[in-house]
Amino acid sequence: MRVTFWGTRGSIASPGPATQRYGGNTACVQVSADDGTILILDAGTGIRALGEALPRDVQRIDILLSHLHMDHIQGLGFFGPFFTPGREIHLWGPPSATLDLRARLSRYLSPPLFPVRMRDVESELELHNAPAEPTRIGAFEVAAATIIHPGPTVGYRITENGTTLAYLSDHEPALGDDSFPAAPSWTSGHDLAAGVEVLVHDGQYSEAERRERIGWGHSSTVEAAMFARQAGAKRLVCFHHDPSHDDEAVDRLVEQAAAAVAGSVLVSGAREGVSLPV
Amino acid sequence: MAQRSVELILFRQLATSLAVPVFLVDEAGDLIFLNEAAEQLLGFRFDDIDEMPFEEWTTGFRARAADGTLLPPEETPLVKAILERHPTHQQLQITGVDGVDRSLEVTAFPLEGGRGRLIGAVAMFWEQGET
Repeated sequence: MRVTFWGTRGSIASPGPATQRYGGNTACVQVSADDGTILILDAGTGIRALGEALPRDVQRIDILLSHLHMDHIQGLGFFGPFFTPGREIHLWGPPSATLDLRARLSRYLSPPLFPVRMRDVESELELHNAPAEPTRIGAFEVAAATIIHPGPTVGYRITENGTTLAYLSDHEPALGDDSFPAAPSWTSGHDLAAGVEVLVHDGQYSEAERRERIGWGHSSTVEAAMFARQAGAKRLVCFHHDPSHDDEAVDRLVEQAAAAVAGSVLVSGAREGVSLPV
Repeated sequence: MAQRSVELILFRQLATSLAVPVFLVDEAGDLIFLNEAAEQLLGFRFDDIDEMPFEEWTTGFRARAADGTLLPPEETPLVKAILERHPTHQQLQITGVDGVDRSLEVTAFPLEGGRGRLIGAVAMFWEQGET
């Protein structure tokens, strides 16, 4: 399994010289299996370049949305394969108690916010609720579970040949338990991340920012590291960088996270354009 | 122990900050949390027991109707909420673990998760004064 970061930024795209190393595109991660199966995690602005880079002979693409906030879906309308006749695209997203996924996405993919309606997409598009039970997608087994973030939001656990990646892009586990990270059974997302080789996790804030933004649905890098250690993750990749943080600020926050877990978890920051073996 | 669902995690967190007594059970009906106000009402600390099986709490408080008749578990509000999946409001008398009899109003309702799955039930209590 290989994971490639096409967008690592949270909230809003923030391109420019100050964010050149970690990148300015919003959430989009490619996960590729040895047999060619491709999963795309979220459809932020990073998905545009991914669409151009995908081999043309890939017949099926599965896009797994964590939630429907704009920084995770804004690239959908600019994803080339969406408009390629015959391409089989499966779009998975969190279930809602009211509107189905198509109706919710159509609020964005329709005028006046976007000129093309979902019904005019030329690929073979199928929409699904994120799987409640582990589900086979090509070479991968994919499980999803609701996690703490405003609005319906899921995290994903993706396994290939006994190797597992967890993706919790927007997550505030400390909101659910005053004793965090003391009680795994009362920690949102714990089962998704338990024992994984790589955990891609929200690390938007500094500790000072976190204290001012409790309930906004995000974590500090130090909280992400605490969560990773509690779950027994081997490697943490801090993700969803705050748009106001330049590269040096992200460097410092990643260092703080690494220091907080003192070598028990390998910690790094997600960088746009970087590809890692899992 | 497996991780609780996010809905239960968030409901427990809400309950910790409420002054109204809250009693939270999982989908099997086992008691998984009492807030501090409920601890005072029921006469024990949750930390002393951690969790309590359905069979134990449903008979442990000697729930009685307003006229003093002992109620079978299936006629108490929280058991109705979990077994029949509908909300119930009822006046009850109970005997706390501390031996004190109390007269209560109870509102109980099932909790259904985002996919419509039963994940547990909640009872909230209003004390009517010691009997």
